[in-house]
Amino acid sequence: MSAPAIKASGLVKHYGEVKALDGLDLEVPEGSVVGLLGPNGAGKTTAVRILTTLLRPDSGTATVAGLDVVKQANAVRRVIGLTGQYAAVDEYLTARENLAMVGRLYHLPGKWVDARADELLERFDLADAADRPVRTFSGGMRRRVDLAASLVAHPRILFLDEPTTGLDPRSRLEVWSVIADLVREGTTVLLTTQYLEEADQLAHDIVVIDHGRVIAHGTSDALKDEVGGDRLEVVVRERAQLDDAVAALRSVSDAAPSVSPDERRVSAPVSGGSMVLVEAVRALDAAGVTIDDVVLRRPTLDDVFLSLTGHAAEEKSEAPTGRQGRSRGRKER
Amino acid sequence: MSSVATTNPAVPTPVRRSALGWGLRDGIVVSRRNLIQTLRNPELLFFSLVQPVIFVLLFAYVFGGAIPVPGSSPEDGAAAYREYLMPGIFGQTVAFAAASSTVGIAEDMSKGIIDRFRSLPMRSSAVLFGRTTADAVRLILVLAVLSVTGLVVGWRIHNGFVQATAAYLLLLLFAYTVAWVGVWIGLHMPNTETAQTAGLIWLFPLTFMSNAFVPLEGMPSWLQTFASWNPLSSLVLSCRELFGNPTGQFPGAAYPWPLEHPVLYTLLSCGAILAVFIPLSTRRFRNTTSR
Repeated sequence: MSAPAIKASGLVKHYGEVKALDGLDLEVPEGSVVGLLGPNGAGKTTAVRILTTLLRPDSGTATVAGLDVVKQANAVRRVIGLTGQYAAVDEYLTARENLAMVGRLYHLPGKWVDARADELLERFDLADAADRPVRTFSGGMRRRVDLAASLVAHPRILFLDEPTTGLDPRSRLEVWSVIADLVREGTTVLLTTQYLEEADQLAHDIVVIDHGRVIAHGTSDALKDEVGGDRLEVVVRERAQLDDAVAALRSVSDAAPSVSPDERRVSAPVSGGSMVLVEAVRALDAAGVTIDDVVLRRPTLDDVFLSLTGHAAEEKSEAPTGRQGRSRGRKER
Repeated sequence: MSSVATTNPAVPTPVRRSALGWGLRDGIVVSRRNLIQTLRNPELLFFSLVQPVIFVLLFAYVFGGAIPVPGSSPEDGAAAYREYLMPGIFGQTVAFAAASSTVGIAEDMSKGIIDRFRSLPMRSSAVLFGRTTADAVRLILVLAVLSVTGLVVGWRIHNGFVQATAAYLLLLLFAYTVAWVGVWIGLHMPNTETAQTAGLIWLFPLTFMSNAFVPLEGMPSWLQTFASWNPLSSLVLSCRELFGNPTGQFPGAAYPWPLEHPVLYTLLSCGAILAVFIPLSTRRFRNTTSR
């Protein structure tokens, strides 16, 4: 088997008193998509900045395409593409000028770069807007220019740091489909995201980090299995019937059901497939509970996240964390 | 360890060039970007042209009659001052351009585009070379507008094309030099707002504690000493001599070395400042986010 496309061992990074990374280990096989998942401040962006040579680790080592990110930084830069949380393109330049500039800074021949820019503009549905300054673009278009810029030199390894943060649902779907295409073509992708749905959609493997270290690792399904089997959720008509519902469901569930009184919802971990559903409805009926809704579902990555970290993924999402991280990085030299 | 294949058949091999060649080439690519920014922001360009013109008019007509220029007769006092003034305004304008370098680099640093540059296999110092070069190139336009304004208020070039060209080149060299100081300051700024203020304050003593607007004779002696060694004074005096304008100096009187050899002193001080601030800024830029 070939060496991993990305390998990090024991990465540590401090910003003054704050420990952003606390011994992070990571391995991304070639051609795969790994989703780096974690709440704000977990160290996702710091990890990406180290792997893309923008930051130096305090200790630990990392290689990208077998090249050391500190000692062979320039060689690493040649094989990677990076798209960050904020569109890293020049606002006053047109989409075409941005791509042409990036290609030239890769030291590729001008003629080839111009043809490649045309190709990317076409592919990202930007051909009509190609000669307008980027500052006139919508958020989704900017992100596409940014993504196109990171693809100019056909990178084998692509780093996407929260590629859809701040995008509307339609733009998000557009970006997802572009990423899926790249993966089909064999690009290795390391993706950070706060959106569990995004990781579920795009990534083969998921690495959950919190407080600068890995707390779980596996496929989306494996992580969900770890939380437990299926979940049965019942919404009752009357809040007063919640206690009866809990009592009735106790007989079919694997553990004590949990109650969300405001939503009139009882949720219970179960196993045994669809038969459980039938039994549950019978038990509720026998207890005289009127139900508005009943579902049997697989755990979501949200359940995984909650059970692993003790807090939900998208809570306390003050948007500009990445930017703070950046300016912090700047001051704490 | 077997390394992952790093070449892609779809990508041509990078063009071969020496390290210095790439440094220059990357600098040109980035300065082109900065110049395009200027052209796409015509309002800013317009006001950066208007400001020095206002200075010319204010100084020429408000102070003009009140400041006697040594060596000129009292009856042509105001006209002599306008001829004396123009090289001073040229000097002040190129010096103040440093503030836009400070703001420009501080703004760049606060944006994602710097991450883009840093993730590319380019010379990282090209960001700074591109900025300073573009700022100096932009001044060609500013100097042209200023020169026309000067001609309107009565300033003339008396010594011919070659010497005038030398004066303009000296001004551009000085502009390039202070742009590096401006960039170095900008790299220390936490945000654009601070850069806007900090980028300007050092320029007031630099330009007013000099011979740009008034002859040195009226200053207290400690200030005269400072002003004599201020490279801006030697720049302005060089331009006065090269354009053939009144120098404000008494013929035959003894002056400190920089004012006896203004062109040489200007070249030397620009060289010294560049030799200090290019490495300082480059190092600062490298360390700023790549640690």
